[in-house]
Amino acid sequence: MMKKLLIGLFALLPTLTMAAGPSVPLMDANIDLRDNASLQRGAKLFMNYCLGCHQMQYQRYERTFRDIGIPIEIGKETLIFDGSKVGSHILNSMSKDDAATWFGAAPPDLTLISRVKSPDYIYTYLKSFYKDESRPFGVNNIVFPLVGMPHVLQELQGLPMPITEEVVENGETVTKVVGVETDGSGEMSDDEYDQAARDLTNFLAYVGEPSRLESEAIGIKVLGFLVIFFILAFLLKKEYWRDVH
Amino acid sequence: MSNAPVDNSRRRFLTIATSVVGGVGAAGAAVPFIASWNPSERAKSAGAPVEVDISKLEPGQLIRVEWRGKPVWVIYRTPKMLEQMKQHEDQLRDPNSDEAQQLDSAKNNYRSKREEIFVAVGICTHLGCSPTFMNGGFGEKVEGTADGFFCPCHGSKFDMAGRVFQNVPAPLNLEVPPYTFLDDTTILVGEEEEVA
Amino acid sequence: MATNYEEQNQAVDEPSKQPTGTVSSVVGWINDRIPMTRVWNMHIAQYPAPKNFNFWYLFGSLAILVLVNQIVTGIWLTMNFVPSAEGAFASVEYIMRDVEYGWLLRYLHSTGASAFFVVVYLHMFRGMIYGSYQKPRELLWLFGMLIFLALMAEAFMGYLLPWGQMSFWGAQVIISLFGAIPVIGEDLTLWIRGDYVISGATLNRFFALHVIALPLVLVILVFLHIVALHEVGSNNPDGIEVKRKKGTVAEEDKPNFKFHEYYTSKKDIVDAIPFHPYYTVKDVLGVAGFLILFCWVVFFMPEMNGFFLEAPNFEAANPLKTPEHIFPVWYFTPFYAILRAIPDKLAGVVAMGASIVVLALLPWLDRGKVRSIRYRSKWHKLNIAQFVVTFLILGWAGATPQTVFSTILSQICTVTYFMFFVLLYVYSKNEVTKPLPTRLTK
Repeated sequence: MMKKLLIGLFALLPTLTMAAGPSVPLMDANIDLRDNASLQRGAKLFMNYCLGCHQMQYQRYERTFRDIGIPIEIGKETLIFDGSKVGSHILNSMSKDDAATWFGAAPPDLTLISRVKSPDYIYTYLKSFYKDESRPFGVNNIVFPLVGMPHVLQELQGLPMPITEEVVENGETVTKVVGVETDGSGEMSDDEYDQAARDLTNFLAYVGEPSRLESEAIGIKVLGFLVIFFILAFLLKKEYWRDVH
Repeated sequence: MSNAPVDNSRRRFLTIATSVVGGVGAAGAAVPFIASWNPSERAKSAGAPVEVDISKLEPGQLIRVEWRGKPVWVIYRTPKMLEQMKQHEDQLRDPNSDEAQQLDSAKNNYRSKREEIFVAVGICTHLGCSPTFMNGGFGEKVEGTADGFFCPCHGSKFDMAGRVFQNVPAPLNLEVPPYTFLDDTTILVGEEEEVA
Repeated sequence: MATNYEEQNQAVDEPSKQPTGTVSSVVGWINDRIPMTRVWNMHIAQYPAPKNFNFWYLFGSLAILVLVNQIVTGIWLTMNFVPSAEGAFASVEYIMRDVEYGWLLRYLHSTGASAFFVVVYLHMFRGMIYGSYQKPRELLWLFGMLIFLALMAEAFMGYLLPWGQMSFWGAQVIISLFGAIPVIGEDLTLWIRGDYVISGATLNRFFALHVIALPLVLVILVFLHIVALHEVGSNNPDGIEVKRKKGTVAEEDKPNFKFHEYYTSKKDIVDAIPFHPYYTVKDVLGVAGFLILFCWVVFFMPEMNGFFLEAPNFEAANPLKTPEHIFPVWYFTPFYAILRAIPDKLAGVVAMGASIVVLALLPWLDRGKVRSIRYRSKWHKLNIAQFVVTFLILGWAGATPQTVFSTILSQICTVTYFMFFVLLYVYSKNEVTKPLPTRLTK
């Protein structure tokens, strides 16, 4: 009896845990925080395409430039559009109330988005917009259904058309969007767009935790030191415990 | 318990080595705690250099700007003021500005980059009050000198180059901050840089 | 051998006979005013500790290390933290970005919170398997349980402070538990929050308790815990006493070490060694090993896959939007699973409370005379094994979105959790145990 119950429970396990996971498999963003060229391209994409609506209210320009290898003067000229001081936070001038009227909700701050979601999520999100005339901005998103923002990178990617598949769900046949294919009207090829999405994701991941690389650089030294200390402490302990053993 | 002989020198060596390495570790662990007291990025950003427009500054006038939370004076000295500064040098504590209260570029008789424009931190070197600019009325404090600064807190006196007079509590001349003339009418206070 | 310890101990042993020097005269001056050398000898240099402490005995000193880490990093965090609903979240990001090494101070504190529970759970488990709660160490165990309670309160209140989504909604759920109490419940939750929802008022009072009141309570309890330990003496993996009745130990069986007369005047001591230097050097080794693991997490994976820092907490608290899944941090999940296992609100709260209180009753639920698992029955070993499995499964279930499966599993494990104590009470009365050794084994 008990055995049967247990077998039954374990048979349920995979289906139940699957149901709890994300409904769409995420793509691998494959980012590299040490790739300054990628981070710089990502910063440029962010300032040009995202900052109009999304702020980074906890991150400063100056620190960003310093960390990703942009000379301050060049950063000032090419990446600060609103005349902000280089020491100020990365903000826009959109009022929250206006934004809520235009988009239904104020666009979220993106300083920590890579930690709230994940780099893989952001990468997948950027690549999952598709044409949907029923939506106010004419696009929808596979990982964020009924998304409330336009596809701001459309001029780069072109207008992505949905690839659909008939799937049986709960005994009913439904049409699901499983992928996208651009209509080719964008400035970039598919590969170039993938790289752009990766660069932007990389930049957002950096901003989420700007101390990451410094932390690992210090961490290696700390661990090396501790190993030496551990060896000494081990020898010391052994030496004293000869009295006891 | 074994009867193995105790090797005291080895024991002493390991005790000292572990203590020393442990001490180095403790000192290293103190670094982030100590460093976190340095000015943060916010403080540095708020303390960034300030641009001052002096195109409307008139002879004899003083304007105040805030830099790193401190009052900075910019004064347009008249020829008369410049002339009288030469008269009382024997009454000053440090007439030649030997104390490092200014960058080398302002180490001259006028303590400024341009004779007529004087830039100084308006805080008395005694206990941090801000002295009063006595434009024309300074004669009652120092005979024969019409203009100067008088600190209301403890009576320290400074001339029009911020040089401290003798027999007052303030020990040093007023501090001259680093500054740069970006062009004829704009000063950048807080940073000395080469302008191309 | 004998000469060696004399060399070691003489310096602190008889300060009055020392050659005069600056150091010894300063020591003498202090000793005339406070009992510095006496306390050092009584509790460190001449404290008799059983010679067979194993790995499990490292966690007491490690808990003190983590406590110190939490206090010091906590003090430094308060220097830049803003305890207000408007400023808290931003001030944490200010610490993470603008303050020099602020990220390190914060990760040391957040990782330290989890490390505290790792260490304390292992420390408690050690007490369980070696019967360290049994007579005469009941009060020692109770102080330990009070430390555990204070620690849970400390951790819970601390978790609200970053004012993220999980902070807010976690506190919302836990405070609502008090609403299950009949009659006064609703008024009580209102009183705890100081508002109709979790608000700045709640944040401020939690901040005060987290940074002042509870650390003070913790430090006092830790002091009492150690006082109680040193009065009754340490248990050990064999669970037999190293302090014997006066006159029962032959001279040649007495260890070749000097122990403080406070202990030797009342009892004969066997198979013990001075805490210092033998266990101080061993604890230093333990600290080094612990720090390697701890720093690895701090510098390379402070989020620990969402177990130490949860993803929704990187989003500022929003009273109008609940995150998809709410879990407490991992160290509360076993108890949270018990709460969720029971479909009735009041009964769930009672079960959760009982699951903690019942631990405190261990000294009286275990009626056995043999302490250590080494000499107890097969039933006891099985019972402890099932308790460990139960605790781990509950921990997993409490950190998983609630499903039919996890609910049934939690219910089964809630039963087995309490069964541990019931069974222990039953079989310990007439338990068949192995004969105890007369001396400590290696």
